[in-house]
Amino acid sequence: MTKSLRDYTPARVDLGRSGHSLPTRELLDFQLAHAQARDAVHLALDVNSLAVELNQKNIPSIALASAAPDRTTYLHRPDLGRQLNPDSRERLQELKSSYDAVFVIADGLSAPAVHRHATPLLEAILPKLDWNIAPVTIVQQGRVAIGDEIGEILGAKLAVVLIGERPGLSSPDSLGIYLTWNPRPGRTDAERNCISNVRAEGLSYTLAAHKLLFLMNEARRLRLSGVPLKESAQALPPHG
Amino acid sequence: MKEFSHTAGNIVYRFDGLKTLLAKATPARSGDHLAGLSAASAEERVAAQMALSDVPLSTFLTEHVIPYESDEVTRLIADEHVPDAFAPIAHLTVGDFRDWLLSEQATGDVLQALAAGVTPEMAAAVSKIMRLQDLVSVAAKIRVVTRFRNTIGLPGRLSARLQPNHPTDDPKGIAASIVDGLLFGSGDAVIGINPVSDNLQTVEGLLRMLDRLREAYQIPTQSCVLAHVTTQMEAMQRGAPVDLVFQSIAGTEAANSAFGVNIDMLEEAREQALRLKRGTVGNNVMYFETGQGSALSANAHQGVDQQTCEARAYGLARHFQPMLVNTVVGFIGPEYLYDGKQILRAGLEDHFCGKLLGLPMGCDICYTNHAEADQDDMDALLTMLGAAGVNYIMGVPGADDIMLNYQSTSFHDALYLRKMFGLRPAPEFEAWLETMSATGIRACVGFLE
Repeated sequence: MTKSLRDYTPARVDLGRSGHSLPTRELLDFQLAHAQARDAVHLALDVNSLAVELNQKNIPSIALASAAPDRTTYLHRPDLGRQLNPDSRERLQELKSSYDAVFVIADGLSAPAVHRHATPLLEAILPKLDWNIAPVTIVQQGRVAIGDEIGEILGAKLAVVLIGERPGLSSPDSLGIYLTWNPRPGRTDAERNCISNVRAEGLSYTLAAHKLLFLMNEARRLRLSGVPLKESAQALPPHG
Repeated sequence: MKEFSHTAGNIVYRFDGLKTLLAKATPARSGDHLAGLSAASAEERVAAQMALSDVPLSTFLTEHVIPYESDEVTRLIADEHVPDAFAPIAHLTVGDFRDWLLSEQATGDVLQALAAGVTPEMAAAVSKIMRLQDLVSVAAKIRVVTRFRNTIGLPGRLSARLQPNHPTDDPKGIAASIVDGLLFGSGDAVIGINPVSDNLQTVEGLLRMLDRLREAYQIPTQSCVLAHVTTQMEAMQRGAPVDLVFQSIAGTEAANSAFGVNIDMLEEAREQALRLKRGTVGNNVMYFETGQGSALSANAHQGVDQQTCEARAYGLARHFQPMLVNTVVGFIGPEYLYDGKQILRAGLEDHFCGKLLGLPMGCDICYTNHAEADQDDMDALLTMLGAAGVNYIMGVPGADDIMLNYQSTSFHDALYLRKMFGLRPAPEFEAWLETMSATGIRACVGFLE
């Protein structure tokens, strides 16, 4: 019985108390976590550094922006974060071809997640793919569904969106991956597959790339994504 | 459809129908703006409030915001309206209704008898022309008491739902959070887990674990695993120990359909739970969660503002005589409630409307990290809900839900509120706490070894 409750859970248990309130240290620890999460939401995506970084790894990319011009509009108007602005749309149309897949990097609700995890994850997955891949698109103020429009314009059979997830207090930099077969505007969440929680304390790049490769191959084989793909994936033995 | 109008200065503001009038009269919030329903200017909003205050309450019985023919929630609201209960206010306008609610004539007993005569849209309408202190003053007069294994909502009492969520549904991790909460006196409203997985085996396993823990320590409270209602029904069929049946609900048939539920299904679930006869002091077996913006997020609001939709969800909830109902006020995000100010008002509106309609209202006082809100805003809502006599709040370890990734209220917050307002836990639970020492509660961990 000498074990602390904290040995059983990452939850904020056994905090002690000052009167009926939180002790100072616990109060400030919480404030720090909240400050980090808030900063993560509001930090601007550094598109240039990301493009340079990808270029150094010989990964071609193109920088785009959604129809939400700033963070405040983005948070108020989810619909604008799901569509490209006219200039981006025009530039993307010049790249129209027939691709097996396009990778879309979007800030979502956490640019730090993208800064930290997007490049390493692409490095882990791209060498495993003998696919005709479109240039990587980097989108500012983007939501998951913007991959639908991008995929349709480019003529890609599959859109893979790497996006900053809504930050929790203990996870300000969690990256999510969303797959959509035959992407075009109007696709619903039920038609997507998601791999969540890619970060240092969560899912590793290797494991995330492993799961992603499996889902990409299955999506191409079954020519679909979403709930039916999830069900067939569950029937297979779990991966290490 | 009726046209309503109000003249402010030399401008005549016109509003086509009750639905539009209600939306334009709603205090500013991002969700109505997103839906394109809100007033175009501050002046138009107040003009709408003035026009709304002149509308007779009887109008709400003939003009439905969503047609009777196409929506089962509207049908339930209309069919269950009790004219005799409505009689004392039948001659009033919305504006008169506010005055009457605040008057000394409208005592707790009078308001309790009134509930069946008030429709959700009437409650929403009057709340739109009330200030926060009005919402607190009137709600504080109304007590709604429910019973299962203990008694929730008595005067001078404040309960807390213990919410011991864990990112992988690990039973030991969950139990550690339960022990922490019990040490702080939380858990009398319910010990309720949001599971990561809606998988039947996982849900059943958690239900059995909660039941064993409760039985071993003879805790006079109820448990719940907040899976989809159909999963809980399957679990009951397999003999799992279900105390309260949970479901998220909304105020339109279309939104509920997006949640995968309807009235018949909820009715069946309730009957199934009643047959288990697990309540010892009462038979309120349902637990509902709601929240402004849920209908809009499912694109199922049908042109009705989010606060009126929310009140309609309460109209649905009361049909099932629930043990617990709470709005999860700030969970949905800033596109519906942008900041601390909007969350504060919405929380108090929801509590007021729920209580006026006769529901045992609690509140998940909460926010996400992309909303313009922080702990200070939650303290303000928490304290005002304490003054308003809220039935229960959430107890989450350190206010940080590590599974749902949002911030709610903590075990400490429940202690604070009890201390500030001289409130105590549910009587049966309080008696249990008195028999248990801190060491005794801590020993509950040993149960898992």
